Amino acid sequence: MGFSDSDIQALWLTVRLSSVVTVILLLVGTPIAWWLARTGSRWKGPLGAVVALPLVLPPSVLGFYLLLAMGPHGPVGWLTTGLGIGPLPFTFWGLVLASVFYSLPFMVQPLQNSFESIGPQPLQVAASLGASPLDVFFSVVVPLARPGFITASIMTFAHTVGEFGVVLMIGGNIPGVTRVASVQIYDHVEALDYAQAHRLSAVLLIFSFLVLLALYTRRPDRQKG
Amino acid sequence: MKQLTTLLLLSLLLLGTTTAHAEKITVAAAADLKFAMDEIVVSFNKQHPRDQVEIIYGSSGKFFAQIQNNAPYDLYFSADITYPRQLADKGFAASAVTSYAVGRIVLWSNSRDAARMTLENLIDPALRKIAIANPRHAPYGKRAEEALRALKLWDKVQHKLVYGENIAHTAQFVETGNAQVGIIALALALNPTLSKQGGYYLIPDKLHQPLEQGYIITKRAADKPLAKLFAGYMTSKEARRIMTRYGFVLPGETVGK
Repeated sequence: MGFSDSDIQALWLTVRLSSVVTVILLLVGTPIAWWLARTGSRWKGPLGAVVALPLVLPPSVLGFYLLLAMGPHGPVGWLTTGLGIGPLPFTFWGLVLASVFYSLPFMVQPLQNSFESIGPQPLQVAASLGASPLDVFFSVVVPLARPGFITASIMTFAHTVGEFGVVLMIGGNIPGVTRVASVQIYDHVEALDYAQAHRLSAVLLIFSFLVLLALYTRRPDRQKG
Repeated sequence: MKQLTTLLLLSLLLLGTTTAHAEKITVAAAADLKFAMDEIVVSFNKQHPRDQVEIIYGSSGKFFAQIQNNAPYDLYFSADITYPRQLADKGFAASAVTSYAVGRIVLWSNSRDAARMTLENLIDPALRKIAIANPRHAPYGKRAEEALRALKLWDKVQHKLVYGENIAHTAQFVETGNAQVGIIALALALNPTLSKQGGYYLIPDKLHQPLEQGYIITKRAADKPLAKLFAGYMTSKEARRIMTRYGFVLPGETVGK
């Protein structure tokens, strides 16, 4: 199967984007998931709903708002311009920011579930043995929630690979910068180049299947652990 | 109660007969026709109030692929006449390929006065992003690339280009301020929403291949008189007036400002 340079460039960009987004979401999503799992606050409902929004919102809505918000007249654009970074649409980091929103529930929800399933007891025991809260988190919660971290990371990575609508709306289709694999496939189809579209689509199909296979064959493991 | 039921049944029967007589067609039209075609349908309906013309706007290339897979369109107005020509060659047309307009491209901006710009101004570093339609599959994008290449500007501005999915999407990049300037269809720059925001510079048509636009009646509409009637309406005085107002050059006219 001969892939053109631009196909390989698009695939590599997709891998880079998904990796960066997964790392950022591990850092951002973990505290959010932890808070949601532990809190009795009346803000739990609203915050949980905000986190879940990308599950139901059409990408066109998210893309439209992000385009306005990150543009020179929007609040994010105003901030990034003020900081000397310049407006984010049509940049790699613009896609990263959009994907962090778009994939947020795929990180937070599995983590929250696994934090909740740990229950309060191990934490109380560790605290009574004199462990600081941070200590408790890293030496008790993280090992117990390991399967949750793995599931959440795989889901986040895979979901970012599958992103299309938002990227199309704010990316500007720039080779090597914002032209990810899904957009490249769309272009092949639009240009009636079905042979190239088939090749790249097959890669994504096989990738997605393997990811889900890995997730579903891990399941029994997770229940034991 | 019984009277009411009879009345309801009677009105249903009447409704049934009226719809049976009125015809309905579905038209696939290129995105650059958006505003002009809406007005043409309104004007057509004044003369044919019982007929229904439904327009679906989108990319010419997408419609081209869909019609080959038996999409339910009765008429196909393409921004690039080569698509209907290919369909006719493959036996998907029930009419001759008819040229209905020639499109023009313009520089448009709402953050600076595009009317005082030329393509050479695009190398100005203050213009950080320039939006054009994707030259790989959008007819207006192809012509934009040709014009930039003709002036040997392509290599100088390529790093600043962002690509819209179709010509309306390209205009949207500029309208939201994310690109400072764009090369869009004159028909869009002349629509009231955009023309209120900024002027345009008409790109000389000698810099690119003509944007010849053509339509066909599809094979499935071979027996639909309404398809023929509506296609014929495009040459009416009223339809021509609307098309001209949106900056299209019509068959039989010379290309110029």
